[in-house]
Amino acid sequence: MGEYRAPLRDMQFVLNDLGGLGPVSSLPGCADVTAELVEQVLEENARFSEKVLAPLNYSGDVEGCAWHDGQVSTPKGFRQAYEQFVAGGWNALQFPTEYGGQGLPKIVATPVMEMWKSANMAFSLCPLLTAGAVEAILLTGSDALKQAYLPEMIEGSWSGTMNLTEPQAGSDLALLRTRAEREGDHYRIHGQKIFITYGEQDLTENIIHLVLARTPDAPEGIKGISLFIVPKFMVNADGSLGKRNDVRCASIEHKLGIHASPTAVMVYGGNEGEVGEGAIGYLLGEENRGLEYMFIMMNAARFAVGLEGLAISERAYQQALAYARERVQGRDVAGSAGAVPIIRHPDVRRMLMSMKSQVEAMRALAYGVAASTDIARLHADGTERRRHGAFVELMIPIVKGWSTETAIEVASTGIQVHGGTGFIEETGAAQHLRDARITAIYEGTTAIQANDLIGRKIARDGGAVAKGVIALMRATEAELAQAGASDADLAAIKGALAAGVTAWAECVDWVAAQYRSDIVAVHAGSVPFLKLSGIVTGGWQMARAALAAHRHLAAPGASDAAFYRAKIVTARYFAEHVLAQAGGLSQSIRHGATSIMGLDNDQF
Amino acid sequence: MKVLVPVKRVVDYNVKVRVKSDGTGVETANVKMSMNPFDEISVEEALKLREAGAATEVIAVSCGPTACQETLRTALAMGADRAILVETDAELQPLAVAKLLKAVVDKEAPGLCIVGKQAIDDDCNQTGQMLSALLGWSQGTSAYKVTVEGDKLNVVREVDGGLETVVLKMPAVITSDLRLNQPRYVTLPNIMKAKKKPLEILKPDALGVDVAPRLVTLKVEEPPKRKGGVKVPDVQTLVLKLKTEAKVIE
Repeated sequence: MGEYRAPLRDMQFVLNDLGGLGPVSSLPGCADVTAELVEQVLEENARFSEKVLAPLNYSGDVEGCAWHDGQVSTPKGFRQAYEQFVAGGWNALQFPTEYGGQGLPKIVATPVMEMWKSANMAFSLCPLLTAGAVEAILLTGSDALKQAYLPEMIEGSWSGTMNLTEPQAGSDLALLRTRAEREGDHYRIHGQKIFITYGEQDLTENIIHLVLARTPDAPEGIKGISLFIVPKFMVNADGSLGKRNDVRCASIEHKLGIHASPTAVMVYGGNEGEVGEGAIGYLLGEENRGLEYMFIMMNAARFAVGLEGLAISERAYQQALAYARERVQGRDVAGSAGAVPIIRHPDVRRMLMSMKSQVEAMRALAYGVAASTDIARLHADGTERRRHGAFVELMIPIVKGWSTETAIEVASTGIQVHGGTGFIEETGAAQHLRDARITAIYEGTTAIQANDLIGRKIARDGGAVAKGVIALMRATEAELAQAGASDADLAAIKGALAAGVTAWAECVDWVAAQYRSDIVAVHAGSVPFLKLSGIVTGGWQMARAALAAHRHLAAPGASDAAFYRAKIVTARYFAEHVLAQAGGLSQSIRHGATSIMGLDNDQF
Repeated sequence: MKVLVPVKRVVDYNVKVRVKSDGTGVETANVKMSMNPFDEISVEEALKLREAGAATEVIAVSCGPTACQETLRTALAMGADRAILVETDAELQPLAVAKLLKAVVDKEAPGLCIVGKQAIDDDCNQTGQMLSALLGWSQGTSAYKVTVEGDKLNVVREVDGGLETVVLKMPAVITSDLRLNQPRYVTLPNIMKAKKKPLEILKPDALGVDVAPRLVTLKVEEPPKRKGGVKVPDVQTLVLKLKTEAKVIE
C-alpha cells in the first residue's frame, strides 16, 4: 500500500546518458522532443500518476469490479481518475496529430506508460487496450472508419478492446470459431470471446471491440481469420451514438490479480441489442488477413507487457525498500547497541540489490528498444531503419519474456523482505506478486516468447542479427577493459560481461545449428535460453550504465556523485550475481534436453 | 484586466534540505527544484479569474537565474499566457524582489498581483506586503477566498482564530494562502503549447533596480538534534520538571 514515487532520476539517466533520447531528437519530425520538454512531460505525468492513479491501486484491488445484468462497474474512484486522465490529454500522447494526438515518439511514451503501470497496473490496462485498437485501425482501417472512430478513441472518451481468445482457442488461434456473415456494407458477428480486458466498463460512453472471426467461405486455420470493428453503440453518420449493438458482457472473471481490471466474457449475436440478431461489424483491411494484422501490432503489445514487468518490479522495490528502512529487528551482525533497521542485515541488502539491479537493467533495456523502435520508423536512412528494426524484432520476446518472469521473482522477493507482514494482504506487497503473475501469461506466454526467439529471431537468419548485437557487446567489453584498468568495479563488470557474452554466443550458435537437426532439444532449452538472453542483454546495458557513470565521475567538477557511484555498484552487483548465472544456463540449454524428454508420458 | 503572478523557483517540497558544509546556505546542487507551492496556488487563482471573465491576461514573472525559465514554463503549462524572467545570478532578498516586481508592474500595468504569501525556502512572508507598499496599492494578505465585484475585490483572509473579510479597491496585491484553491494538474496539450508561448527576459539594470542585499547572512546551521526524552514516574515529577528544568510553566 506504500506510496509510489516516479523514479525520474533513473529515467532521465537512461534517456540522456544511455543514448535513448539523443538519437530520437535528431529524427525527422522530432525536433521538438528536447530534453527540457521531456523532463516537463515526465514531471507532470509523475505528479498525476503519484497523486491520482497510485492511491487507487490498493483500494481497487480490494474492491475489484462488479458485474450486474451485463453492466460492469469499476472500483470507487476509477471513473473520476479516468475523467482526469482524459482531461489531461494523456491518452493522446503517442498518436498521430492528424486525429488529435500529440505525436510524441515511443521513447517519451515509454517512461510515461511505465509510471501509469507502476502507479496502477489495473487502471493502465484500459488505455493500453485502447492503444492496441487504435494502432489496428490506423494500420488497416478505411478513411471512413478512421474518421468515425479514431478521434474519440485517441482522446480516450471511447475505449478499445482486443477480442482474440475463445474457450477452445487460446495460444492456438487456428481453432477459433466466431463467425462473420456478410450483410450489405457490414457483417453480422456471432460467437463467444473470453478473457476480454475491459470488455465492459463504466468509464467511457462507447467501447470499440476489435474482433477476430471467420467468414463462411474462409480457409481453415490461421489463414482464414478476419478482423472486425464492432462498436458497443452504433455510431451515426453525424458522430452521435445510436442503437445498442448485439454484443453483451455475459460475466467477468474472478482472478488472481489485476482485480480492478474487468476481464469479460463477451457474447456476440445473442439477440440482445437493438439492431436485430448478430452484432454489426465492419471489416478492417481485407478478409483472411486478420492474424497477419495482429502480428504487426504484436511487437507494440508485447513490449507494453514487458514494460508492465519493469513497472511492477519498481513498485515492489520501492515498497520493500521503505519497509527495510523502517522495520527495526535484530542486531547488526557486526555488532550494535540494540536492534537496527533490517536494511543493515546482509541478506536484506542482497534482496534489495537483486531487486534494484534487475529493475535498472530492465529499464535500460526497454528504453533502448523504445528508441530503436522510433529510429526504425523515422530515420531518413533506410539502412539505419532496417538495422534498428531487426534489433527491435530480436529484442521484443526478450523484453517481454525476461522482464515479466523477472517481475514475478522481484515481487516475490519484495514479500520476503517484509517477512510475515508481507504475507498479509493489508501490507500491499502481495498485490504486486498477484498483479505481476499475469504478465508472463497474456500477450503470449513465456514459452511462446521463447519459441518466437529461437525460431523467427535466431534460427531464421542463422543468428545474424544476434551476432551483430554480440559485436556491440564485445565493444562495450573493450571500453570496460580500457576504463577498468585502474578501477576494480569496472574490472569486475568486464569479467562477468565477457563470460556472459561468451555463454550467450555459444548458445546462439547452438540454437542456429540445432534448430533443424534437433528441434526438440532446442525447444526444451528455449525458456532458459530466453532467460540467458535477458540477463546478458540486461547486463550489457548495466555495463554501459557503469561506463556512463564512470565518465560523469571523472569529469571535472563532477556533481551528483552519489547517484553515479550507486549506479556503478549496482551494475557490479548485477554482473557478479545475475550475469554470473550465464555459464550454468548455457550448460543446461545445450546439454539438458535428455532429462527433459527422457520419461514416457505415463512415467510422470 | 491583466493579472501578474510572481513565481519562485525553490527546493521541491519533498526534498529534505541539507545545510552546505561551509555553513553559507542550503545545498541546492542536484536537488530537485519546483515552483513554490503558494505560487502554484496564485497561478491557479489567476487562471480561474481569467476563466470567469474577470481577467484578460495572466503574466507569470520570476526573478533569478536562467534556470527559473523551467518554473516559468510550468506556469505557462498550467495556462499562463506569457512569462517574464528578470534574470540575475545575484542573491535576491524580498525587498529586491519587490522592487523588481514594481518595475515590471510599472511596465505592464496589471490590475492585480497575486503573490504567494511566502516561499517555502526562506519563509519570509514579506514580498507581497513590500510590493503593495512600494506601489501604494491596497493589499489582502493570506487570502482564503477572492471575488471580484466591479472595481472592488472581496478578499476573505485567514487570520488567527478565524476568517476576516476585507474589501479592496483595485488595483491591489493579494497574497495567497494554502486553502485558496487546489492547483490543477497540468495537461499534456498545455505542456506542448507552453513551448510556443512568449518568455521575455529582462535585466535588473535595465529596470533601474539595485538588487544589492540589505541583510547579511552570518551563518546557516542545522537545528540542534532532538535529545532523547526521559520517562517520569508521576505527574508531580512532570510538573516539577516543567517548572524547574524546561521552565515552560510557573
